[in-house]
Amino acid sequence: MNLARRLLIGVPYLWLLALFLVPFLIVLKISMSDYAISIPPYTPTLDVSEGWTGIREFWAALDFENYVFLTSDSLYWKAYLSSLRIAALATFFTLLIGFPIAYAMANAPDEWRPSLMMLVILPFWTSFLIRVYAWIGILSNDGFLNQILMWTGVIAEPLVVLNTNTAVYIGIVYTYLPFMILPIYSTLEKLDGSLLEAAQDLGCTKIGAFWSVTVHLAKPGVIAGCFLVFIPALGEFVIPSLLGGSKTLMIGKVLWEEFFSNRDWPVAAAVAIILLLILIVPIVLFQRNEQKQREANE
Amino acid sequence: MNTTDVFAPWLDPEAKPMIEFSNVTKTYGKFTAIKNIDLKIYPREFFALLGPSGCGKTTLMRMLGGFENVSEGTITIDGQDMKGVAANKRSVNMMFQSYALFPHLSVADNLAFGLKRSDMPRSEIKGRVDEMLRLVQLGKFASRKPHQLSGGQRQRVALARALAKAPKLLLLDEPLGALDKKLRQETQFELMDIQEKTGTTFVIVTHDQEEAMTMASRIAVMDHGKLVQVDTPDRIYEAPNSTYVADFIGDVNIIEGRVSKSDGDAAELAWAEGHSPIRGMSGAGISNGQGGAFAIRPEKIAIATDEPIDVHNRISGEVEDIAYLGNISTYYVRLANGALVKSQTVNTRRIARRGITWNDKVWLSWTDTAGIVLAG
Repeated sequence: MNLARRLLIGVPYLWLLALFLVPFLIVLKISMSDYAISIPPYTPTLDVSEGWTGIREFWAALDFENYVFLTSDSLYWKAYLSSLRIAALATFFTLLIGFPIAYAMANAPDEWRPSLMMLVILPFWTSFLIRVYAWIGILSNDGFLNQILMWTGVIAEPLVVLNTNTAVYIGIVYTYLPFMILPIYSTLEKLDGSLLEAAQDLGCTKIGAFWSVTVHLAKPGVIAGCFLVFIPALGEFVIPSLLGGSKTLMIGKVLWEEFFSNRDWPVAAAVAIILLLILIVPIVLFQRNEQKQREANE
Repeated sequence: MNTTDVFAPWLDPEAKPMIEFSNVTKTYGKFTAIKNIDLKIYPREFFALLGPSGCGKTTLMRMLGGFENVSEGTITIDGQDMKGVAANKRSVNMMFQSYALFPHLSVADNLAFGLKRSDMPRSEIKGRVDEMLRLVQLGKFASRKPHQLSGGQRQRVALARALAKAPKLLLLDEPLGALDKKLRQETQFELMDIQEKTGTTFVIVTHDQEEAMTMASRIAVMDHGKLVQVDTPDRIYEAPNSTYVADFIGDVNIIEGRVSKSDGDAAELAWAEGHSPIRGMSGAGISNGQGGAFAIRPEKIAIATDEPIDVHNRISGEVEDIAYLGNISTYYVRLANGALVKSQTVNTRRIARRGITWNDKVWLSWTDTAGIVLAG
């Protein structure tokens, strides 16, 4: 292999090393340190000036204490489980809403499609925080939703939506909907309409044809969309803190509190490392799905 | 002529048609795709719908398949009115132009798709799939996915899948359109062979007249949502009922003029001052004095340097161009009135022995029954 090729291949590796592996190792190191009232708020710190003994002492001070601590307090594993449940359910709801939208978009007249696509992407032009704050305005006890429902006489008492898990689901579904719609749309858009007719010709009902052709062929898009929603939703912090209540338990929120309220960086780092390990499974599955799809397209 | 051993149920008034279109019209909003069509197609026929794109041939076929509703009139298949009968409830299968093979299923699963949704017992499905694979010689490819096949192989999978449920009627939408010329010619005979073996009625949509001529028992030539002529390939070629059909099928010379005599089978067309009228067969619906056109195939016109004496139809002209195609040559002859007439001869001699060359004065001649006088 010549030098130019080595250099070219070296660039992405260097990028990953600098922006992923090094930060990861730093966080890993912090997670194995001990809490201390100092700057930075943990020990040990590596003092290279003391030479070989310094490195040995530093190494000896690292341990897995914080990980053991995570198992001792039920708050943490409950938060992980609750996050998994909320992320999974929210992904399911996003799919439930996203699939029909993607389907309608793919079946819309050609001249409408760019505009519809634009409408899906448009929210990204506004700050994510502002959009979540807007939901506070909509969902609060005297917000738009309750005002409209009470004005039309559907309800007499205001619904308590804000600061509940329901609001968190609404927030996640709303925020991540485009990530679900776009991959499903891109698979449905390629779908050859004559496949549906062929299925009907061979004895399927309209619903049967939809199931055995459309749904089957949309599968790679559905899987991609689910991962794109599930992975970020699992570590979501802004939505549960702003829309969720005190009972909403999500690991992202716990992480934030450890860092900024408790200033316990080592425990927070341990929480982050475990979250990363949990996420590796769906990320690997996602990559495999993408790979399979690429091979099928060749 | 002995008609008992010739397959021609359309000549038999007793024969029961399999498909009957009565006064069928199809409109899309203000656009009329099909206008008042009456048509009978008989069992075991290989029936071709031929016409330029947008003539309504595909719409006509899709109405048979149950993919389009009829706006007016009725379509019956085996005496049953097809109104409101969904595609999946018809004993009709279709081979799609794009083949529409399910990309996520193997060849064998594509063939089994329809069978699994029929009342065929599970145990018999595999046998039927194997039988279909043998029919189209794709046994080795059963476990391949469609994208791993060549165009010709995909075409055969599509055909086998459409035939798997043993439909009474098979619709083929431009079945050979995506194949290259050589493969297309081979496949034409294969299709005819399979049609004969299975005894299925085939209705094929094509814009390729050669394909229709080769395969079909009868051809319906369509234009602007109407049937212009429905007849056997030889009748369509030899006795077109209009200049449209004559022009659409094969190569033709059209000489315009005025009908000067119409007498039973024979007719005459006055076409230029100082020339005797052309004699030909009488086409449908012509009358004396009315504008008309004489249609004659280039291969039916003889070309010679000396004036033929015993033929009524003879015209002189000058050779303007010669198209040499190896087996045949086409001479483009300019007449005195400026019209260009094509004459085709088979090259039985070597080209060096050819007696006619550019700018030669030549005589064109043909018999009284070689061409046809049509309404203009």
